[in-house]
Amino acid sequence: MPGGNWGRRQLLISSLSFLAIGASHAAAAGFDSSQWSAGWNHMPPQVQPGGWTFFSPEEAAMIAAFADRLIPADDLSPSGSQAGVAVYIDRQLSGPFGQDTGLYMQPPFADGLPGQGPQSPLTPAQRYRKTLAAIDQYCKNGNLGKGFADLDGAAQDKIITAMEAGTLALPGVNSKAFFQMLWQNTKEGFFADPIYGGNVNMVGWKMIGFPGARYDYRDWIDRHNEPFPLPPIGLADHPDWTPPPTQS
Amino acid sequence: MATTLPHKDVAIIGLGWTGSILAYELATAGLDVVAIERGPWRDTATDFPPSWAPDELRYAVHLDLFQRPAQSTVTMRNNLKQTALPVRKFGSFIPGNGLGGAGVHWNGMTYRNMETDFNWRTHNEQRYGKQMIPEDMTSQDWPISFQELEPFFDQFEKLAGISGKAGNLGGEIQPGGNPFEGPRSAEYPTPPDKQPYGATLYAQAAEGMGLHPFPIPSANISQPYTNPLGVAMGQCTYCGFCDFFGCGNYSKASAQTCVMPALVLQKNFTARMNANVTKINLDSTGKKATGVTYVDDSGQEYIQPADLVLVCAFSFNCVHLLLLSGIGKPYDPVANTGVVGKNYAYQCTSSVNIKLPGKILNPFISGGAVGMALFDYNGDNFDHSSLGFIGGGVLQAAHTGGKPLTQLVSFPGTPSWGSGWKQATKENYQIGYSLGTQGAVQSYRDAYLDLDPTYKDPYGSPLLRMTFDWHPNELKMSQYITGKLAEIGKAMGASEVFATPAKAPYTVIPYQTTHNTGGAITGTDPTNSVVNKYMQTWDVPNVFVFGASVFPQNGGFNPTGNVGALAYWGAHAIKTQYLKNPGPLVPA
Amino acid sequence: MRFVRAAAAAVALITGAMAATPDAAVQGAANGQTIADGKYLAAAGDCVACHTASGGAPFAGGTVIQTPFGRLIGPNLTPDQATGIGAWTDDQFVRAVKYGIGHNGAHLYPGLPYVYFNEVPRADILKIRAYLNTLPPVNNNIVSNQLPFPFDIRFLMAGWNLLFFPDHGDFQPDPSQSADWNRGAYLVQGLGHCAACHTPKNAFGGDRMSDEFEGYVVDGANAPALVDSANDGLGAWSVDEIATYLKTGHNAYADASGAMSSVITHSTSNLTLADDRAIAVYLKSLPGRQTAPQPIAATDPAMVAGMHVYADECAACHMTGGTGEPGLVPALRASPVVAADKPVTLTHVVLNGARSVATEAAPTASAMPAFRGILDDEEIADVLTYVRNSWGNAAPAVTADQVSDLH
Repeated sequence: MPGGNWGRRQLLISSLSFLAIGASHAAAAGFDSSQWSAGWNHMPPQVQPGGWTFFSPEEAAMIAAFADRLIPADDLSPSGSQAGVAVYIDRQLSGPFGQDTGLYMQPPFADGLPGQGPQSPLTPAQRYRKTLAAIDQYCKNGNLGKGFADLDGAAQDKIITAMEAGTLALPGVNSKAFFQMLWQNTKEGFFADPIYGGNVNMVGWKMIGFPGARYDYRDWIDRHNEPFPLPPIGLADHPDWTPPPTQS
Repeated sequence: MATTLPHKDVAIIGLGWTGSILAYELATAGLDVVAIERGPWRDTATDFPPSWAPDELRYAVHLDLFQRPAQSTVTMRNNLKQTALPVRKFGSFIPGNGLGGAGVHWNGMTYRNMETDFNWRTHNEQRYGKQMIPEDMTSQDWPISFQELEPFFDQFEKLAGISGKAGNLGGEIQPGGNPFEGPRSAEYPTPPDKQPYGATLYAQAAEGMGLHPFPIPSANISQPYTNPLGVAMGQCTYCGFCDFFGCGNYSKASAQTCVMPALVLQKNFTARMNANVTKINLDSTGKKATGVTYVDDSGQEYIQPADLVLVCAFSFNCVHLLLLSGIGKPYDPVANTGVVGKNYAYQCTSSVNIKLPGKILNPFISGGAVGMALFDYNGDNFDHSSLGFIGGGVLQAAHTGGKPLTQLVSFPGTPSWGSGWKQATKENYQIGYSLGTQGAVQSYRDAYLDLDPTYKDPYGSPLLRMTFDWHPNELKMSQYITGKLAEIGKAMGASEVFATPAKAPYTVIPYQTTHNTGGAITGTDPTNSVVNKYMQTWDVPNVFVFGASVFPQNGGFNPTGNVGALAYWGAHAIKTQYLKNPGPLVPA
Repeated sequence: MRFVRAAAAAVALITGAMAATPDAAVQGAANGQTIADGKYLAAAGDCVACHTASGGAPFAGGTVIQTPFGRLIGPNLTPDQATGIGAWTDDQFVRAVKYGIGHNGAHLYPGLPYVYFNEVPRADILKIRAYLNTLPPVNNNIVSNQLPFPFDIRFLMAGWNLLFFPDHGDFQPDPSQSADWNRGAYLVQGLGHCAACHTPKNAFGGDRMSDEFEGYVVDGANAPALVDSANDGLGAWSVDEIATYLKTGHNAYADASGAMSSVITHSTSNLTLADDRAIAVYLKSLPGRQTAPQPIAATDPAMVAGMHVYADECAACHMTGGTGEPGLVPALRASPVVAADKPVTLTHVVLNGARSVATEAAPTASAMPAFRGILDDEEIADVLTYVRNSWGNAAPAVTADQVSDLH
């Protein structure tokens, strides 16, 4: 028998007493905060590509250029920017990560020993802005004569290598520390769940064979030394959920 | 202006494992109990259901479930010559927050102290002579024995449904278990977890070398289970999103999974969430607590009067509160006086990364406590006579997941970025495996906690200052046991073995463990401890302290089994002795 | 009379039960046993559901009762003289409960399920009254009738009663049935008033007697069929499983949530296990439809998509075989909620989540997360179609429109 429209006619305002009777149990125990609310959803919002929320177009071009040297396109995967790394970093910098939200940011700030952890008063957003500007300045005004994004791959690699080694001295910024942050964020843009704007089509996960946001491997734990055949899924990425075309 | 609230029999600071166990024990004994927790309520279906729990960036990288340093952090220095600086972003250790505390996102490894962990000093002095223990090593005997605590280990394991295989049942060694464990009265409540491929290769190799591997006693339980409180738990699905994450299907033991459903039915229990206790209040004699002061999210201050105060916050947060409240004499490392803050210790970890070419390890199929371990190089289970150090650690094959941002197995010589990095990362993903040690850390005169002179928390109180470094004993110990672990790696058929024993100095990055111990240690008298054998402070008999801050030193494994047992042990003492006759339970 | 006395004696033999007794035993001042009996019978009748508001004083009224015709407010049953029933005579009280006639002679609405309470013997009703008399009087003036015109005209109930209120008289035990069955029948047909939710209603809100206990959608939730249908009734549940469910809120198959949580908490968990078992014995005797529909083929595109949704989002708790985890996660096979003809509750639970009931015997109160905003309506429809047609289940497919209707 077809279901028909069984929603509207039966849908009366639910008797408050039913919800209330359940909730009164919590009240009896004396809680200040509710234990559970219907319809609660903490899924992060899906990042949409297109446009920049933090980077200027020039900064975005630099980040994309970095991403494509750090993770070049080859037969293992598309390039970093094709995987959405620049979009990912852009959205992160305009969010809590970019503002160091939740970190202890009270003065006084001192340099400290390396083992005492990050001590900079600058947020990641500030550091990206300052350091990208300094790198571009270095490239344009030095004997390279062009901005970082316009250099050829080999020249870009040289700069990255120098940053990594700590030999690229830039005024007012620590390029080695910046490199470490940039590389970390680039990897995040390649390997984090696609809901954050990177790892588009789960290309990072496909490269290594990580099945992503799967939650039940009980049928597989005993299958030692066997390849796992299922493709990756993301929090909001489930290609298999689209019904197959009907045979006609 | 603080608002004074109606009186309660018991005020519990912190609603994690120990807070919830004590709340249940005392509420069911008829007392009026209020638990005051700094963080939010946490509920499985609302806060970490399987639909969004498996999010590495959010939880393992951005630490969404943890304490925010802005709420409270510590300052750190290696020694007295340095200036301590704030841990502005947690790294080496990451305190939990909210209902369940760190028990929400822990691994779940649930070991017990061995017998010789309890009478540590007596045993080692007897075997090796007093000169074996350096002058500045302040490790000491626990004032409790394994036998006394055994029924309470059992009680905690049954609460949590721990999956494992007994190695010593009533004095009889059992095959397949840990032969070095103290004699147990009962088997584990659920059978051991299934093991992924890498862990079984480790166990085979270890057995072939005459060692004694056993399944890690695991709070990621192997089958559905109903605990003695009537609370049901589910079966672990080996999802590989365990440590740093909440469990979405009720299969990782935690306060909210195992205790809270039964606790919330007790009419005489109340919880105040998002409420930060700033002080334990004392009367004019300074020897009696009158209750606690706390501040809620809106900044409103409250005074909660209570007859009994239980300090159940995270380990060093308990010490912080004692110092801020003037309970006990603060430790001065130079003068060598005082006790509060003394004997701070940690966990000395190391890793051995191996390559097993041709194998398909599927590292993503795992769990936080899913793996195999051995105690052959732990405690005093091996002869230290000519080794030049004391103590040891557990050697584990517990590769807890295959998450690409935090769990890739690295090898030296790998290109650090670019196509070479991609190639190596892809190649190593299925064949790379990480073995690890968790080494004991002894206590030292110059490793301690006190109040920082410069930095403050949001309430204007000084931050806790941590002075800590590895000492030669721990470095030698780590060198030795990591070498032993590397041998097992070789015996597994590894083509590459990359061992990284601990090296000085101790650093607050990267992440190591959140096994911070000591600072409010237990002992036989007020000169050598902050609390007596029942976790009762010597100075203020109506204040008890729970958690790892009572450990006189840390053993070679995760502390939670001990922590849970001590909570039940203390609850038992309060119910059967203290309530009948409030006052010091041990003559000072 | 001889027949009734013998039957009454037989019913009185049931262990632990407060049997229906003739008038004579209740005469005189209420003693402790009578009051205790009355309290027990009030639990069987789940009177607090309508007469005790959330956070309100016991039986002081104020609960909103939603009907298809508008709202009623549960009246004040405390012994308050002015606003409660303190001034009522016993006859007036019995007349209200058994016949739906108010103390001033006006008709009551069947928000008070007098259609079912009609079967409860006078003596038992007076035991309830004796219990109510012990409650603290609360001054709480309730205007029960909040129905819109023309339903607020009480006199119209006379016509309704003619059509939909057959006066059965007191419950008559069936001598061909066991004592357990008769006890269960007494509880279910009378005080339990289970049919109020579990029997389909006609357009006037009266019972469709030909479909007794075949299930109904009430307040946007399924009250499942209680007949012995394997597919969408209690066919798969044993007597013990039904009894355990009523006593603890959970059994190997199901975990009560929503409206039934309240019934468990306030009514059936407070009955003896023997009485819950008697209810189960009676329910298992209700014959169900024997032919189940054919399941939709596993190759159907919606089934294939639904299978993937299930594997990715549901199996980690509900298991690949739909078996759930007893006491923690409901089974999706042999589940009346899953297989209901109009699966309102099933859809609602997937959209909004649900928390199962906590009882002292079964405190876990496991919860289902909400999938609104995580699965779109098409995906929800596919996975529900899959679940309803797997593992031996067979039920009509669900469409995305049907899911949208429930937002």
